[in-house]
Amino acid sequence: MGAQLRLLRRRISSVKSTAKITRAQELIASSRIVKAQQRMQAAVPYEQEITRAVSGVVSNTASVDHPLTVEKEQPHSAGVLIVTSDSGFCGGFNANVLREAEALRGLLEERGIQAVPFVVGRKGVTWHTFRNREMGGHWDGFSRRPSYADAKMIADTLIESFKEENGIDEIHIVSTEFVSMLTQNVVVRRILPLEVVESEAESDDTIPPYFEFEPNAAEVLDSLLPRYVESRIFNALLQSAASEEASRRRAMKSATDNANELIRVFTMQMNQARQAEITQEISEIVGGANALADAAAGKE
Amino acid sequence: MAKLRVGVVSPEREIWSGEADMVIAKTVDGEIGIMPEHAPVLGVLVEGGVLRVKRGGESDLVAAVHGGFISVANNDVSILAEAAELGSEVDVAAARDALQRAQSSIEAGQEDADIRLAAKRARARLRAAGEEV
Repeated sequence: MGAQLRLLRRRISSVKSTAKITRAQELIASSRIVKAQQRMQAAVPYEQEITRAVSGVVSNTASVDHPLTVEKEQPHSAGVLIVTSDSGFCGGFNANVLREAEALRGLLEERGIQAVPFVVGRKGVTWHTFRNREMGGHWDGFSRRPSYADAKMIADTLIESFKEENGIDEIHIVSTEFVSMLTQNVVVRRILPLEVVESEAESDDTIPPYFEFEPNAAEVLDSLLPRYVESRIFNALLQSAASEEASRRRAMKSATDNANELIRVFTMQMNQARQAEITQEISEIVGGANALADAAAGKE
Repeated sequence: MAKLRVGVVSPEREIWSGEADMVIAKTVDGEIGIMPEHAPVLGVLVEGGVLRVKRGGESDLVAAVHGGFISVANNDVSILAEAAELGSEVDVAAARDALQRAQSSIEAGQEDADIRLAAKRARARLRAAGEEV
């Protein structure tokens, strides 16, 4: 009996220390979500402006004939940018993204297009190296705090490969969209060839103004489009960072809850075991005393 | 008279927004001055340019703007900078230091695009801070 009691005590103290860790992780994640959200908010004005500028140029110039906007007739390979996290402890966050990326790969292969993965985040990179998948490029170390320079680095590699003769013909991006603290969705978007998407529906807006260009439309487009791609990638990185913290918070919260439930169950079992031990000791003493009393009575 | 609504934004944050009478920026074609009721323009800004926003009654807002665009439409002026810094936020000592380093490596003969860019940026930051360069 004493052995079981000791065992339960040990398990309770180990679960307690686990709960302490997960609780701390949960709190850290909560405070980080707020920061990640602020960074997301701060990036909104730039993104809106650049989207407006791009749609302005595209609607102004009758034939946008730029390598970044022209769709190839026979695409044979597509780059897929997969945005995962650097660290684990965040529930199904990475699994969801990777599952969606696999689905996209299947779809592309059905169309006869080879998918080339470009991976952000250590978890995604290990996933790919473990399966011996060749990657077009990979980056890690900034999934929690992406900077614009990181986005630019990724965009440069992608655009470079896009412009090459035998490079990729399409660029897709698989990342997690931050909707709210509770909802994060994995989204798949094609960013090149360009489909100009408004970040907000501006259908009630008047006709876009007729722009003059400095120095000329082609050159403006030349420098505007890469910036637009960078800003889309930056946005995906920021959203993914916020989503990562949100799902980490959720995973850690349920881990803490589970640990507390375990502690409750073990405590109950421990009390039962202790009670049983006491009862047995009492009955042993009573039994012993009775036996002595009986023996004394027999002598008389 | 109508005023311009000006926004200076970089990818990571909004740097400044407010009303102004005139905006002067440096595009790859040369300096451009925007006053209210200007025709819609979309221009490419130079690396290491200085942006000047004239406000009636207040002192001018000066910022170092590195690359990016200026877009003007319906009295809305947006400066989309890859990186930008208000003159009042510039760390003058650090900028001088950067300029000196860039210049000394240019003098040492190792001149490449990166170093020239660094020198340009440092100069723009100093000018935005109102220093003589």
